[in-house]
Amino acid sequence: MHILVCIKQVPDSAQIRVHPVTNTIMRQGVPAIVNPYDLVALEEALRLKDQYGARVTVLTMGPPQAEAALRKALSFGADEAILLTDRAFAGADTLATSYALASAIRKIQEDMPIDLVFAGKQTIDGDTAQVGPGLATRLEMQLLTYVSRIDGVDPDTNEITVQRRAEGGVQRLRTRLPAVLTVLEGINDMRFATMADMFRAARYPLVVWDREAAGIDDVGKIGLKGSPTVVSRVFAPTARAQKAEIITTQSEQPDDIVATLLAKMFTKHPQLRAAIRPRLA
Amino acid sequence: MTQPATPSRPAGRRKFELDPRFESYKGVWVFLEHNEGVVHPVSFELLGEGRKLADQLGVELAGVVLAGDGTAARAFADEAFFHGADLCFTAIHPVLAHYRNQPHARTLTALVNAHQPEILLLGATTMGRDLAGSVATTLQTGLTADCTGLAIDPENRSLAATRPTFGGSLLCTIVTLNYRPQMATVRPRVLSLPTRDTSRRGRVVAVEPDLAEDEIVTKLLEFIPDARRDEASLAFADIIVAGGRGLKRADNFRLLWDLADALGAEVGATRPVVQAGWVTADRQIGQSGKTVRPKLYIAAGISGAVQHRVGMEGADVIIAINPDPDAPIFDFATYGIVANAMQILPAMTAAIHQHMAALKKAV
Ligand SMILES: Cc1cc2nc3c(=O)[nH]c(=O)nc-3n(C[C@H](O)[C@H](O)[C@H](O)COP(=O)(O)OP(=O)(O)OC[C@H]3O[C@@H](n4cnc5c(N)ncnc54)[C@H](O)[C@@H]3O)c2cc1C
Repeated sequence: MHILVCIKQVPDSAQIRVHPVTNTIMRQGVPAIVNPYDLVALEEALRLKDQYGARVTVLTMGPPQAEAALRKALSFGADEAILLTDRAFAGADTLATSYALASAIRKIQEDMPIDLVFAGKQTIDGDTAQVGPGLATRLEMQLLTYVSRIDGVDPDTNEITVQRRAEGGVQRLRTRLPAVLTVLEGINDMRFATMADMFRAARYPLVVWDREAAGIDDVGKIGLKGSPTVVSRVFAPTARAQKAEIITTQSEQPDDIVATLLAKMFTKHPQLRAAIRPRLA
Repeated sequence: MTQPATPSRPAGRRKFELDPRFESYKGVWVFLEHNEGVVHPVSFELLGEGRKLADQLGVELAGVVLAGDGTAARAFADEAFFHGADLCFTAIHPVLAHYRNQPHARTLTALVNAHQPEILLLGATTMGRDLAGSVATTLQTGLTADCTGLAIDPENRSLAATRPTFGGSLLCTIVTLNYRPQMATVRPRVLSLPTRDTSRRGRVVAVEPDLAEDEIVTKLLEFIPDARRDEASLAFADIIVAGGRGLKRADNFRLLWDLADALGAEVGATRPVVQAGWVTADRQIGQSGKTVRPKLYIAAGISGAVQHRVGMEGADVIIAINPDPDAPIFDFATYGIVANAMQILPAMTAAIHQHMAALKKAV
C-alpha cells in the first residue's frame, strides 16, 4: 500500500497577536508548527502502515522553511517527504492549492500508485476544510471526510471501511481505493518519535519540487492567479458597543449581588422569564 | 456537463466587470440539508439570510432538495417556502436517500450548470462542507467557508462573505469577483432563524437526476445514531451555563449542573476544560467547538478568549462571573459580577429556585 499524507506548516495560532493599530498579524517570534489536525491524519496513516505494511509519503506545499514540517513527519515514521515550493504558488486559495497538490500527487503516482490520500480535517490558520474534498474531486478518488474510525482495509478487494461523523450519528461507509480521507481530531494520540527515526529525519535528503518539477504547465491555475476568491478587507472584530454593567452591592454578599442582578435582568429582558423551565430533580 | 473555463485575471488586480459568460447566472440558492427525515435548522437560517440577499439583488430565492423519495422532498420544499424561498428544485432518486459525496456532488453540480445561480449557500456542517468543497472544485469557482456575515457589495453586486481568520483574531471579507456561482458555507446558529410562515407558497421545479446505484462506489453499510442528543440540545438551548478553567476543579462543575437544572439550561465549556476531561467534547463552545445563540449565556470562570467568544457572542444576554475585573469577557458581556464563581453559582441557583417558587404561589 502507498499512503500519501498532505501536511501544512502553520503559525501556532495560540500565540498569534494582532497589531492593535495596523490590524496585521504579528508573525515575528510566532513558532511554526505542523497543523495539529494533520498530525492526527499522519498517525492514522502510520497505524495502517503498522497493520498492513505501507509506504508513507508526506507532501507539503509552502515556503522553503516548511522543510521543518516534513522532517517532523519523517521523525514520526514517514518514509518519504516531498516539498512543493515555488514563488508561483504564493497567494493560493483552496482551489489553487488543491490544483497544485493534485498535480504533485499525479507526479508521485508515476513512481508508485497511491491507494490512500490523507489530509487533516482543516488547518488552524485557514480553517476551510476544503483542500481534502478538492483533492478527491481533482484526482477522481472517493472522498471520506470527518472519519472518526478506520474499521479496516481489505487488501484482496481493495476496499476500506470507515466510520464518518454525520449530524446526529455516524455513517459506516465502505469504498474502493484509491480514496481521500480527512480525519477528526482526538481519534488517536501521536506516537513518540524514535531516536533512530529522528536521526534518519535529520539526514533525509528532502525531495524539493518547483512548479515545473511538479508537472504544472498552466500558471493561471496556481497561486494568486488561480484563486477565484479575493480578500477585500481585513479588520478586527468590533467590541460590543458597551462593556458589561458590573453588578455591585454594598454588602458584597453573593445573595444580594445575585438578587440585584436578577431584578435588573428580568426588568430589562422580561422575555427571559419564560425561557426558564426548571428540570425536576 | 459544461464547465466554465477559467477567465484570466491579472494577478492581484480586482476586475469588476463580470465575464459575459456568467451574465446568465441569476438567483440565490440554499442547499436544504436533511438528516433522518428532518431538515437541518441551518438551512432555514440560510433561507432567512438568502431572502435578504435575493431582495437586495432583485432576484429569486430557491431551495435545493436532494432526496430519496418524493413525499419527503415535497415536505422539505414546503418548509423552504415557509422560510422564504420562491421556488425549490427537487432531485429525487433512491441513490440520494442517504448523504454520499459522489451522487450528491454530481447532482448538485448538474443542477448548477443547468439553472445557473449567482449565489449558492450551504451549512458548514460535515455534510455541507464535504459537498461544497467538491462542487466548488468541479465548477472551478470560489468557496468561502464558515462565514459569519453575508452581504451584497453594492458596487459590483458580488457576495461579500465575512469570516474569522487566524482563530478569530481577525475578520476578513472575501469576494469571488469573476466566477459564478459564488459559494459560501455558514455554521449553524451564526444566523438567526427566520419566522416560519405557513401561508407562503412557491413553485417546485423537479429535475431528473442522472444516477444509478451501481455507478456509486461508496456504500452506506449502516447509520449509527448518537445515543445522546446533547449536540442538538446545546446548539438550540435557550439558556446555557458555561464553565471555564476558573472553576478550578472538575467537581466544581456540579455547581454549574445545579444551576442548569434550576434554569432548564444546557451546560457548555471552554476548550481547556474539555481537554482536562471535566466535560465531554460535544459541550465545547467556540471556534473549534459549537456556535450557540441562546437567550441567556452565563459564563463562569471564563476569560473570554476570542476563540471562545466567536462561539457565543450571538447570545442575547451574557452574564460573566470572574474575579478579574480586567478579564476580556467583561468587554462584551451584558452583566458582570466580579467575584468567585464558587460563591455566586450556588447563590444564583437558590435565587432561581426562590423566584420559581414565588411565581408558582402567585398563580
Ligand atoms: C486553534 C485554537 C482553537 C481554539 N478553540 C477554542 C474553542 O473552540 N473554545 C474555547 O473555549 N477555547 C478555544 N481555544 C482556547 C482559547 O484560546 C482559550 O485558551 C480558552 O478559551 C480559555 O479558556 P478559559 O476561559 O476556560 O481559561 P482561562 O483563559 O485560563 O481563563 C480562566 C478565567 O477564570 C477566572 N477565574 C479564576 N478564578 C476564578 C474563580 N474563583 N471564579 C471565577 N472565575 C475565576 C480567571 O480570572 C480567568 O479569567 C482555542 C485555541 C486555539 C489556539
